[in-house]
Amino acid sequence: MSTPRERPRKEPEETALPADGERAELRKSWGTPAGLLGWLMSTDHKVIGKRYVVTALTFFALGGLEAAAMRLQLARPENRFLNPDLYNQIFSMHGTTMMFLFAVPVMEGLGVYFVPLLVGTRNVAFPKLNAFGYWIYLLGGLFLYTGFAFNRGADAGWFAYVPLSGPEYSPSHRVDIWANMITFTEVSALAVAIELIVTTFKQKAPGMSINRMPMFVWAMLVNSFMVLFAMPAVMMASGYLALDRLIGTHFFNPAEGGDPLLYQHLFWFFGHPEVYIIFIPALGMVSMIISAATGRPIFGKPALVLSLVSTAFLGFGLWVHHMFATGLPQLGEAFFTVASMMIAIPTGTQIFCWIRSVWGSRPRFHTPFLFVIGFFLIFLVGGFTGVMLAAIPFNLQVHDTFFVVAHFHYVLIGGAVFPLFGALTYWFPKLTGRMMSEKLGRWTVALMFIGFNVTFFPMHWLGFKGMPRRVYTYLPEAGWSTANLIASLGAAVLAVGVLLFVINALRSMRAGEPAGDNPWAASTLEWATSSPPPPWNFDRILVVPGQNPLWHEKELSHVTGLRSDRREVLVTRPLDAEPDHRAVLPGPSIWPLFVALSITVGLVGTLWTPWAVVLSGLLFLVTMTAWYWPKGEPTGKHPVTEP
Amino acid sequence: MKVPARAPFARASARGATALALIAAAGCRGIQSALDPAGREASRIAGLWWFLFWTCTAVFVVVTAALLVALFRRRTAQSADPKRGRALIVGAVGATAAILLLFLIVSVSAGRAVAEPAGPNVLRVQVTGHQWWWEIHYPGTPDNRDVVTANEIHVPVGRPVLLELTSADVIHSFWAPNFHGKKDLIPGLKNTHLFRAERPGVFRGQCAEFCGLEHAKMAFTIVADPPEKFDRWYESQLLPAAEPATPSETHGRDVFLSSPCMFCHSIKGTPAFGMEAPDLTHVASRHTLAAGTVPNNRGNLAGWIADPQSMKPGNHMPPMAMPGDDLLALTDYLESLK
Amino acid sequence: MFLAAALAAASLLTACRKNPRRLTEAAPSSGRPDAVQQGSLQPGPKLAAMNVTNPYEGNPFQISEGQRLFNWYNCSGCHFRGGGGIGPPLMDDFWIYGGEPQNIYATIVEGRPNGMPSFRRKIPSSQIWQIVAYVQSMKADKPIASPPGPREDHMQSSEGKESK
Repeated sequence: MSTPRERPRKEPEETALPADGERAELRKSWGTPAGLLGWLMSTDHKVIGKRYVVTALTFFALGGLEAAAMRLQLARPENRFLNPDLYNQIFSMHGTTMMFLFAVPVMEGLGVYFVPLLVGTRNVAFPKLNAFGYWIYLLGGLFLYTGFAFNRGADAGWFAYVPLSGPEYSPSHRVDIWANMITFTEVSALAVAIELIVTTFKQKAPGMSINRMPMFVWAMLVNSFMVLFAMPAVMMASGYLALDRLIGTHFFNPAEGGDPLLYQHLFWFFGHPEVYIIFIPALGMVSMIISAATGRPIFGKPALVLSLVSTAFLGFGLWVHHMFATGLPQLGEAFFTVASMMIAIPTGTQIFCWIRSVWGSRPRFHTPFLFVIGFFLIFLVGGFTGVMLAAIPFNLQVHDTFFVVAHFHYVLIGGAVFPLFGALTYWFPKLTGRMMSEKLGRWTVALMFIGFNVTFFPMHWLGFKGMPRRVYTYLPEAGWSTANLIASLGAAVLAVGVLLFVINALRSMRAGEPAGDNPWAASTLEWATSSPPPPWNFDRILVVPGQNPLWHEKELSHVTGLRSDRREVLVTRPLDAEPDHRAVLPGPSIWPLFVALSITVGLVGTLWTPWAVVLSGLLFLVTMTAWYWPKGEPTGKHPVTEP
Repeated sequence: MKVPARAPFARASARGATALALIAAAGCRGIQSALDPAGREASRIAGLWWFLFWTCTAVFVVVTAALLVALFRRRTAQSADPKRGRALIVGAVGATAAILLLFLIVSVSAGRAVAEPAGPNVLRVQVTGHQWWWEIHYPGTPDNRDVVTANEIHVPVGRPVLLELTSADVIHSFWAPNFHGKKDLIPGLKNTHLFRAERPGVFRGQCAEFCGLEHAKMAFTIVADPPEKFDRWYESQLLPAAEPATPSETHGRDVFLSSPCMFCHSIKGTPAFGMEAPDLTHVASRHTLAAGTVPNNRGNLAGWIADPQSMKPGNHMPPMAMPGDDLLALTDYLESLK
Repeated sequence: MFLAAALAAASLLTACRKNPRRLTEAAPSSGRPDAVQQGSLQPGPKLAAMNVTNPYEGNPFQISEGQRLFNWYNCSGCHFRGGGGIGPPLMDDFWIYGGEPQNIYATIVEGRPNGMPSFRRKIPSSQIWQIVAYVQSMKADKPIASPPGPREDHMQSSEGKESK
């Protein structure tokens, strides 16, 4: 752990550029073919990462429209803007979209884009798997929304409790589509998790031993491991639900010996870690932004890393606090109270470390840092209500009310969306080569912060006043009208804030100020290459001399001996990042798309016939064969050549 | 974070109180409020909340102040010392852990108090959730003094009430915020929920677990009465339905018994024995119709019978097409079932 | 990506316009169900086959409503879940009084000898058509959900756990 020090006065010196001939060769071997086909074939992690981010933000906008529709409906009592049937679809689609199609994928998208850059390599470990993960995610999202367009939107809530979501009480294909969509996104998340874990462990630049990994890489590593353990649980929940619905099994039917509570356990064993799957990458972003804003290393990095890891472990031990009202034995519930409260310790540790990092540093108050300050204030409130919810008697009062709605929006918008928007602003120059407008950025933060609090703070009060969540209307006599109207007005302000961000991004993409390689004078490797980076990321694979390579006094040395005429990356050892061997990564391929389509045939077709599984299996076999068909170029291990 | 401004909202809610004037007249400002407790359990929980709230507010102020100082203060030689920083953080984490331990103790002790065993004179009430109404059954064993009603629970003040909760279809959740937190009604399981009313009044509760189309309109009334008044109510509910007193009421009963009504509803003392919908033996004595959707009065009752789907779209009562005089007679009859 | 965005946005719009499940459906006209033919044998000149289609046929929402009513009105008391017992089975292809929708409707409204009561004026006609839709779906070899309820005795020794 290095001590805090002054912001470096000099930019790191340019590394010697390779000869133009070598660059041309790199371009030839790493470039993506032109044309539509080339677009579909791309395995460049930056292309795919950007696709993830843009697609996820599109779904964020759709989820936002749904939220706006709900706020319109609830703005006054006995409103007839939406009927209950449509309202139920809209709130279910809102939750499903935000959790499965926005929050997780957008974090993964940034991980896919930035983890290879941050560890100083040229692509993720399994580029074709990466492409496949994106396609299956996109197809799942389109599947869900196509269903919605045909009045088949999910309508049993984003956690779709049985028996309500079971065959008897949710006829038609609405919940079928929901359950199968979950499978799409699980597969996508697992694909990303696997490739990020391997990239982090095996492709770090030489010298980037595990203690020198940047905080965002740590966060994505922890996130990926959580995905590996959490997703299979929801796969069982949604898979059993689909079986109950489509072929008449009785996993969750109490009349036949099934158990509706089993579904809740399976779902929340995933569902609670899901919150941390969203939240942990955001914590990594906060650390990165603070470090750049203060111009010095983050304080207490080992503590921060250990906090992330312990949050991940504890995150698997609290799912029952979503089920306190189901009548579980008290002693068992008390265990989950303890676990739910304990998770405040690592979170608190991080907040203290960040405050200490900022302490007396005279930080630059640029937009990403303003988002982080907004994060602090909002997330603190959400954290406090979270600790309160761990207290069982109190939980029983406010569970499933607007208090909980307020709580998880404070945690998820404050804890994840604010850092995300900060990180998007922070990394925008790297993504596009241009800066976002500071002036518009400040307005965005202010509007979002005010709009958010005006929308969600009154909801705490509504919860106490007896307003359950997921009600499509309420009586004028209930006394909830004023608070709901305030919340709806706040939502309008929040929407304007988000819209301003979109306008800012679109405008800056064309007309923003050119950024240069390292506009924030930050210390991590993604800033060591051009903005946006070339398809091969780095002309030279750099050697990492310490915690903050770009603030290092001396010029960074680099690795020689990697071939440029094919997609070669340097594989290093997991802990000390000593060079181990060279590996050749596969190039562009259309087959990930076709494999994703073959799975889609199965998941969509099962709505009508179980035979779709067979058809899908055959198609899968064919496309996977093509995926692995040898191309004549050697891939795999090559020893490091001695210099 | 600031104290939720209670007064303005309370004024607004008072302005809006017209249709449920009956309930409002019972004299309580917050008839559906966790912060205006009327029962032992809710009082204990409200106390827990205020403790959590003030502690967290204090911590919020301290942390925010620290953040502001961190943001705007110049570096001093003292603050640059990493050892001091580390000590501060260890201290702050220690304080966090101490506060959490305190919360745990307070929470567990509140939990124990709320879960205190019922004692022998407990009043048992079976509550069955249906899409979207509440079936209420007071088992009157051993002498067959069962009372069956719907969407309205009467309880004696001061006597513990043990709810036995289950569901006939999907998962619902019973929540009367003035008395206690919620407990789920799960098909195939029997949950119990204990509370004790401490002051008389008319209160409102609502289903808290999403249960389908009309989740929003699945409410119930809790009437807490002094014991002697409760006993009078119980005796009155034991009686079979009132005999029709006027020709119109007699005609109304004939309409009821010759129409689809009797297939789902029952009226004690008549051949109507349907078990799928609320018992109507004493329907006119209840405060609301359609599980808290509208106040129980003649106009709403007739409107409900004629077109239940416009008041509560998706509920399981079909619209009844019948001649106007039949409808009026039927309304007369049901209005007489005090 | 933009294609995806456009598609998704369009889908949102159409979803808003699209008519959701009609919750207040008027009863479809039943023809004169009491005059329908019950089989191919009939006295006198051959009448043209009466074509009454059930507007709820194949509609999952209405079928599930029909299933609920089938239990509520205790059809299941005699026909069980379509397999028959006291009353004839409804899943097979053998229909004593005709298996067309209008025949099933008429059977429910009229009642039949040897036990089938008449439900005339007892069940609103829209609900009868829902039940007909459910009965029609039994033939279609579709999985039928069994309703949640207390655990069956043969599944669990205790009648359900009690907890606090």
